[in-house]
Amino acid sequence: MWRKLFTSVPAFRALKAPCRSFKSSSRGAEKDFFKDLDAQLRAFRDKAAAAMPGSDWSPIELTPGLPPERADVVIVGGGVVGWSIAYWLKMKARVRDGLRVLVVEKDPTYSQASTVLSCGGIRQQFSLKENIMLSLFSAHFMKNINNHLCVVNEDPVDLQFNHSGYLFLASEKSAHIMEENYRTQRYVGAKVALLSPSQLKERFPWMNMEGVALASLGLENEGWFDPWSLLNALRRKAVSMGVYQCFGEVTGFKCAANLAETTDGEVLNVQRIKYVNVRMPNSLEYQPVECAVVVNAAGANSGKIASMLGIGLGPKESVSGVPLPVEPRKRFVYVVHCPDGPGLDTPFLIDYSGVYCRREGLGGNYITGMSPEETEEPDISNLDVDHEFFQEKVWHRLAHRIPAFEQLKVSNAWAGFYDYNTFDQNGIIGLHPLVPNMYFATGFSGHGLQQSPAVGLAVAELILDGGYKTIDLSALDLKRILLQEPILESNIV
Amino acid sequence: MSQAMKRCSAHTCAAVAVRRALSSGAATPSVYTRFLLKLSHYFYDVENILDWNNWLRSQGVIHKNRLFGYAQKNFGNNVAAAYYILTLRGSFRFAGQSEWFRPDSRGRFSYDFMSTPDAKIEEVDLSGTLINHNGLENLVKQNKLQTLSLRGCPEVDDWFLARLHVFGESLVELDLSHCSRITVGGLAALQNLRKLERLDISGLPRLQNPGLVRILLEEMLPHCQVSGAEYEQGLIQPDSQEQTEGHHEASTHTGLRHL
Repeated sequence: MWRKLFTSVPAFRALKAPCRSFKSSSRGAEKDFFKDLDAQLRAFRDKAAAAMPGSDWSPIELTPGLPPERADVVIVGGGVVGWSIAYWLKMKARVRDGLRVLVVEKDPTYSQASTVLSCGGIRQQFSLKENIMLSLFSAHFMKNINNHLCVVNEDPVDLQFNHSGYLFLASEKSAHIMEENYRTQRYVGAKVALLSPSQLKERFPWMNMEGVALASLGLENEGWFDPWSLLNALRRKAVSMGVYQCFGEVTGFKCAANLAETTDGEVLNVQRIKYVNVRMPNSLEYQPVECAVVVNAAGANSGKIASMLGIGLGPKESVSGVPLPVEPRKRFVYVVHCPDGPGLDTPFLIDYSGVYCRREGLGGNYITGMSPEETEEPDISNLDVDHEFFQEKVWHRLAHRIPAFEQLKVSNAWAGFYDYNTFDQNGIIGLHPLVPNMYFATGFSGHGLQQSPAVGLAVAELILDGGYKTIDLSALDLKRILLQEPILESNIV
Repeated sequence: MSQAMKRCSAHTCAAVAVRRALSSGAATPSVYTRFLLKLSHYFYDVENILDWNNWLRSQGVIHKNRLFGYAQKNFGNNVAAAYYILTLRGSFRFAGQSEWFRPDSRGRFSYDFMSTPDAKIEEVDLSGTLINHNGLENLVKQNKLQTLSLRGCPEVDDWFLARLHVFGESLVELDLSHCSRITVGGLAALQNLRKLERLDISGLPRLQNPGLVRILLEEMLPHCQVSGAEYEQGLIQPDSQEQTEGHHEASTHTGLRHL
């Protein structure tokens, strides 16, 4: 158990060995002797330096990367939403060690995280005013990102923001929805313009106008950026403010259970989380982290975390029988190369058939994809790409809208998970009645990245101030799931 | 505690601002600046002084670009916009008049522009000023603006260009030369300026392929003449290839002569 500091004790005995090899040439023996002596002295010096105070040797073997034994807030999930919450918590706390925040992330390589696999777009063209306000706040955050997220002696943050805007196309039957949405967007403060087919033809001559009745173009604060830069900027700033980062998997919770009786006479099991069990990667060792508040920002895995607390595992008619309706949905993104494609003015085009396309770089590369039908959802056990989907479903719709894309080459493709809210495809933010200290910030169904700075502030306000101060997101509260009152967004990708 | 927080944020913005200024500045910094920077790596108090300096400068920029709401409410949008331009040390010309309103070398200007509150501004020269995307709020109502010169403005970035869509119906000439923060992502936002006829993009250090960007801009805005970038900029030069071919020919000639 106790690590031996001086394991080179037998080495001193080896010095006698050269004297015994009488038969071998004396010069060879001397050379060995001095070489060995040199190595032994060096090893002795290193061991002595380790024993002196100021070195990090300790007789007790500690697993590296264990989380602290207690923390005030544990954020499950190290994606852009989790780090945004950590940043805003520290920002609002103001005092250096006033709040101990721990962010637990399962995968240090972020190989399956939705954040880094996303297309990186941000738009204000929603129909719900909460969604518009969230992404407008996030755009303003990114406008002044160096005032918020710069760290001493580090490079300034460069998001590589392309301000090309989003272009939504509507057919005859959905044109009225688009006009209604336009009014809401203008009212909340988004800068959007409606275009008729003739104006579209003049602006974007490379597009085929067939079937398009109306289009809406984002003029400002819309476009796409690099999600990895935003994630790293938030992480760097949060770590510089004292947030603990741990790579490990949350495998369970230890709760204190209380019985509470509802007005109907039903007895519910209310669990207050006391410890979060964080298991180290590739090991069975786990650390129970004592905490006051847990935030579920686990993205596609939020449903799994919620089921660890028994949410959804109770009898069907009661509150505990309603599961968290967030599940991973696989979406494909294809990178295509078309040298004759549209140029610098290509916006993030979203057709009414569901296919989307945006420019990537200046070399004639485009990123495209489509949301599959409800009945044809791809398998979520892995992140393999289905190229047949592109050939059969995406290509002909894309070539119909942009004729130049009839000749293209698919150069790359990847797949990522949406943290899909099967209930109404909008974010879920708030407390669950059965777990009074777990805050949910998940289920954004593909919009988590663009709403993350604002959601981070909202959750930080919920935790520290008890209510929303900047943007009122009561409409996105978790209780709508339990009351079965969906708030639906019209025109979703 | 709040002072510590303020110092912390000053620390954060300022050192980065110093690095930003150094990385984006066209000329190498002076010996004095480099000496101060070297000292600031060794001494906390020098670092703090430099931080305060940069924080004050950034506060100055914010103050210069504040919304001139009082002037807008009491004297109208045109007078407020004119006042804003003159306080920034820019100059402008009203539509229908031919004389320019300029401040003198010390920044003083006459208040004659207040006599014509209905005149809209047609040409604005804001070169070398500290205008940023917030300051554009003061100019948003000038829908007859035809010429805008932003030569060498250090605070003009991509978000500023995205806000220029408000002048989409009137802007004819735009000069963006030597604005060190502009990248291709911001130039893509110029697609909303449909009436643009002259665009100057010389001296933009963050454009890796100025020639390619010029071709793409000309394609995006068909009536616009883009100046400041040659088509060959960013291309692999064909001259070096011709030189190697010439050497090759000379060697074969000598080889043949020996035969």
